[in-house]
Amino acid sequence: MDMIFNIKENILVAELFGELDHHAAGKVREDTDSAMETYGCRDLVFDFTRVTFMDSSGIGVILGRYRKLSAAGGRVAITGCSLTVRNILNMAGVFSLVDYFDTRDEAVNYLNRKEVS
Amino acid sequence: MEKILKVQMEAVLENQGLARAVAAAYASELDPTVEELTEIKTAVSEAFSNAAIHGYPGDMSGSVTMEIATIRPSTIMIKISDQGVGIEDIAQAMEPLFTTDTGDERSGMGFTVMESFTDKIKVDSRPGEGTTVTLIKKLDTYYDF
Ligand SMILES: Nc1ncnc2c1ncn2[C@@H]1O[C@H](COP(=O)(O)OP(=O)(O)OP(=O)(O)O)[C@@H](O)[C@H]1O
Ligand SMILES: [Mg+2]
Repeated sequence: MDMIFNIKENILVAELFGELDHHAAGKVREDTDSAMETYGCRDLVFDFTRVTFMDSSGIGVILGRYRKLSAAGGRVAITGCSLTVRNILNMAGVFSLVDYFDTRDEAVNYLNRKEVS
Repeated sequence: MEKILKVQMEAVLENQGLARAVAAAYASELDPTVEELTEIKTAVSEAFSNAAIHGYPGDMSGSVTMEIATIRPSTIMIKISDQGVGIEDIAQAMEPLFTTDTGDERSGMGFTVMESFTDKIKVDSRPGEGTTVTLIKKLDTYYDF
């Protein structure tokens, strides 16, 4: 699975490409964590628009980042999930901890806004 | 039972995508919807990764066997087995959020995903002997002859 990182102020936008399974999850975790550190970001947006497949490994990746970041006052948001991906994340109650947005801009705007208040 | 396909793969996570692709190729011939195909791939992915990760922990090596058959018109059965460590308490293992692997960011949702994406799941396991997960999935037919 490939990833592209975009930085918008304190927010890291991680765009995922391809299939997110237990095999790919390790690298996604590592790359995301090291990008957060390298660029000194506080919040994280996972963009799932280009994800063609996801199993329960995605739950662990998202909740793992949520735990890490929320301990440091950061937040995680998700955008671009297919119906099946949303369904899987819902089973684990991910959306009670992490906000979902229809577009990447909405996610970024939300995180920016919350920062000001 | 018709059209039996049996494949044996090395129990490494690198083969997870291959296991999904084989199951999807088989199921494609039964004219599934896109959603059904995704559900089959996801369930297989969960069963295979469990065999590779939990069935053969640490340095243990082994193989995973996947057997697919059409048991009724438009009903597919997928059996995924390992000869690994087995499961002590199957009912507990299948509970949502239950995982024995807390250090590695596992969610304990694999069995729950398999259950909700198939019509029937059966788990046979014995400590020290291995685990077999049997998944049954009915494909929607839009017409009956
Ligand atoms: N083939 C297997 N051999 C041995 N133990 C297994 C096997 N499959 C599952 N288990 C046990 O059942 C537990 C629950 O499995 P399940 O797939 O639901 O969650 P998980 O694999 O721990 O997490 P996730 O799949 O969400 O990453 C596992 O933690 C493991 O202890
Ligand atoms: Mg699992």
